[in-house]
Amino acid sequence: MSRIGTIARRTFLIGSVAVAGGVAFGTYLAKKPIPNPLLDDLSDGEAAINPFVKITAEGVELITPRADKGQGSYSTQADLIAEELDIDPASALISPGLPHQAYFNGVVLEEGVPFPGYDDSWMAETARSFMSVPAKIFEMQLTGGSSTVPDMFDKLRTAGAVARETLKQAAAQRSGHSRADLTTEDGHVILPDGTKIAYADLAAEAAQIDPVTDVTLRPPEDWKILGTPRIRRDIPAKSTGAEKYGIDFALDGMLFATVRANPGIGGVLESYDASDAETMPGVEKIVPISHGIAVVATNTWYAFQAANAVNCVWGPGPYPESSAQIWDELDAALENPDRLDHRNRDDGDVEAALNGASPVEAAYRIPFLAHAPLEPMNATVLVTDELCEIWTGTQIPTFVRDHAMKILGFERDQVKVYGQPIGGSFGHRLEGTHVNQAVEIAQAVKGTPIKMTWSREEDMTHDYPRPAAVARGRGVVSEGQVETYDLSVAQSGLTGSWMGRLTGMSIPGPDATITTGSWDQPFAIPNYRVSGYRAPEMVPISSWRSVGASGNGFLHDTFLDELIAAAGADPLEERLRLCHHDPSRKVLEAVGALSGWDGPSLGENRGRGVAFVMSFGVPVAQVIEVTNTPAGVRLDKAFIVADIGPHTLDLANVESQLFGGMIFGLAHAINSELVYENHAPQQDNYHAYEGLRLYQTPEFEVQVLNNGTRIRGIGEPGLPPAAPALGNAIFAATGQRLREMPFNKNIDFV
Amino acid sequence: MKLTVNGEEYDVDVTPDMPLLWVLRDELGITGPKYGCGIAQCGSCTVHVDGSAVRSCQLAVGDLAGGAVTTIEGLSAPDALHEVQQAWIDHQVAQCGYCQSGQIMQAAALLDLNPSPTDNDIDAAMSGNLCRCGTYPRIRAAVKAAAVKLQEV
Repeated sequence: MSRIGTIARRTFLIGSVAVAGGVAFGTYLAKKPIPNPLLDDLSDGEAAINPFVKITAEGVELITPRADKGQGSYSTQADLIAEELDIDPASALISPGLPHQAYFNGVVLEEGVPFPGYDDSWMAETARSFMSVPAKIFEMQLTGGSSTVPDMFDKLRTAGAVARETLKQAAAQRSGHSRADLTTEDGHVILPDGTKIAYADLAAEAAQIDPVTDVTLRPPEDWKILGTPRIRRDIPAKSTGAEKYGIDFALDGMLFATVRANPGIGGVLESYDASDAETMPGVEKIVPISHGIAVVATNTWYAFQAANAVNCVWGPGPYPESSAQIWDELDAALENPDRLDHRNRDDGDVEAALNGASPVEAAYRIPFLAHAPLEPMNATVLVTDELCEIWTGTQIPTFVRDHAMKILGFERDQVKVYGQPIGGSFGHRLEGTHVNQAVEIAQAVKGTPIKMTWSREEDMTHDYPRPAAVARGRGVVSEGQVETYDLSVAQSGLTGSWMGRLTGMSIPGPDATITTGSWDQPFAIPNYRVSGYRAPEMVPISSWRSVGASGNGFLHDTFLDELIAAAGADPLEERLRLCHHDPSRKVLEAVGALSGWDGPSLGENRGRGVAFVMSFGVPVAQVIEVTNTPAGVRLDKAFIVADIGPHTLDLANVESQLFGGMIFGLAHAINSELVYENHAPQQDNYHAYEGLRLYQTPEFEVQVLNNGTRIRGIGEPGLPPAAPALGNAIFAATGQRLREMPFNKNIDFV
Repeated sequence: MKLTVNGEEYDVDVTPDMPLLWVLRDELGITGPKYGCGIAQCGSCTVHVDGSAVRSCQLAVGDLAGGAVTTIEGLSAPDALHEVQQAWIDHQVAQCGYCQSGQIMQAAALLDLNPSPTDNDIDAAMSGNLCRCGTYPRIRAAVKAAAVKLQEV
């Protein structure tokens, strides 16, 4: 490793991991036991055996603290507990609970360590294990990073087993039998004579005894729920209109609100004139809030109409006003030594290899992207003198709580956040600006609950987008093989932008997301270098489904495909030759078999592309077939193979997430970008930010493998290979190489 | 102003230019129809008016002209799911589910008009309904399965 790479890695270890992992906080804070939050609100006769299982006279309530934004996490979390608790999960109430340290995410920060996902060495695993410490201390109850299953797999099964054994102990004490002689089935403890005692009947006694924590988890071959075909618990209600999302929540006497904030995010409201708006139908009140105005009305639509009629004078946004200026900043950062943030991959001698040859070169651009889930941001809030109650779908409930405390000057127990089902997120609800606005509005109409909803236009123009990036690749091929690969990427650091909003703190050290998905791929190339350059913070940016890998996967795999083409090698065969990670190789082999791969050509005007990206520890290979019709490129068929580790908990859901992720990747690759003018995106609704429609959607075949060593989450890894697979297929069909997204800037689609 | 929704009569006091969607959601508390875009680009608000699929964000309540409104809450008989809903469950279509009320209402209207649609018919009828999660492969399969079931009835 080069000197600068060594320094970057050491800086990271000292700057982030080691400091966070004990030096700064001491082992006391890191090991301090967390109290059970359910004990605070327990009624007589109820038992909260641990933070995830509550037994009442009515039955079992399971706490599923990771948000469900469509990825099925409520269902999977309930199933993990139920598997050991011996209940029918459908019979249990579930609730995300109130935000609490007990629900911190122990694995989400692991993505930040400078070790690739395929590296399971002692050092890599030790660095990862450190990352749970800051997550615990900062109470990071966070949903994201495909971390719910890896974080919860043991945690929730253990919670279920502890609850089961504790209920058995209560039954043992009542009946005089030994706990070892009792069994459990379908919500009952069974005595040796066959007598059944319902868990609910044991609640009062279970509450009086110390939980039995010495438990052994059942081996997978004994599972009755996990791994079996079943209907995800939320799907029936989502098929009848009965599901209540945050936007559907209602309280008696509730009013409806919306906001208009400065289009230049963070800019001030210099003045406003609401005299016309105040006389409009349904309007109750118009108030200034941070960076904007809010309308409170008797109907959301009245609020939308009036908000548009308020004449606002905005101050300038605190960042470059146009995309043209932002591209200039990114270009200036690329390969500027002063802007080198990290170089986690530096194998062989790239400089020497490039100097001695005429390299293959390519330049790439990827745009800002909005999350644009169909449910716009919203929150229902009631503020009184003593209490603030918030009903909202959020991936960051502890931070939402803390921000409300700050706005209102409240103590922690005065703010309650009730998580709601979420109509899509893709990372949008890792932010809390809209909730802060709703809290400000509720404070202005104290005693009256308000439901604040962003218009689609407000939502799309006040999103914290996926960062734009520029990149340059240089490489050398020799004797039909890829020999030298050098990729430089420049973008702003989203971790600093996001954590700054969440915590008010700046994060030391490099920002891994600048090259996540490019430096960490399981390939062995003799001269192989990936460099991340950090552009200044400009537009405030955030995590977008698959985070760094969403853009970097495209950059890395597309440039690899260009080199393979220059070498005259087969795209699948050469990737396999370079790949040194066994589960990843099997994924590539399987996608070849599934797609009947025999080369990139499928005849005149037809072609296929293969792409491979490992993200969040999941190797994913995709093949897509396209036809170049006279009217444009048509997507015919797509094949996905992923390895999610040793167990597939719910195959139908995993498949959903994989093709859903690929479709999300294809949609944005084809036609979506945010272009900034006057500090604001010019795309404010779906007519200008199209996404994929049914008629454009190819047929899918999905295969899931289980060769990996560790169980993984699947919400994100299906996305990153989509754009490069499509670009590589279009190259195969047309000879045109697409280096800028969205692709429809340079080619038509049908 | 009077209107009929899912067989019930309601009297609401709103301006006639208010879109039907916002009468349903904020005045009547019927929340199956969703707000997604407000400009007929996403189809999440789709309801039936006299049996036809309509974007309720674009229909002013004053223009209903006595038309009977059916939302997803009124699609099926009280004790049985509509075949389209059953197919949506069997195929586990929903991810976040937010667009699915509109998708199901659009599909039910399609099959009412065209009991055995071709792939092209399905593409044409369903492409105005946006799904951000990417459930389209299962929407296709569920529409086809529902068409078969409805023909059996």
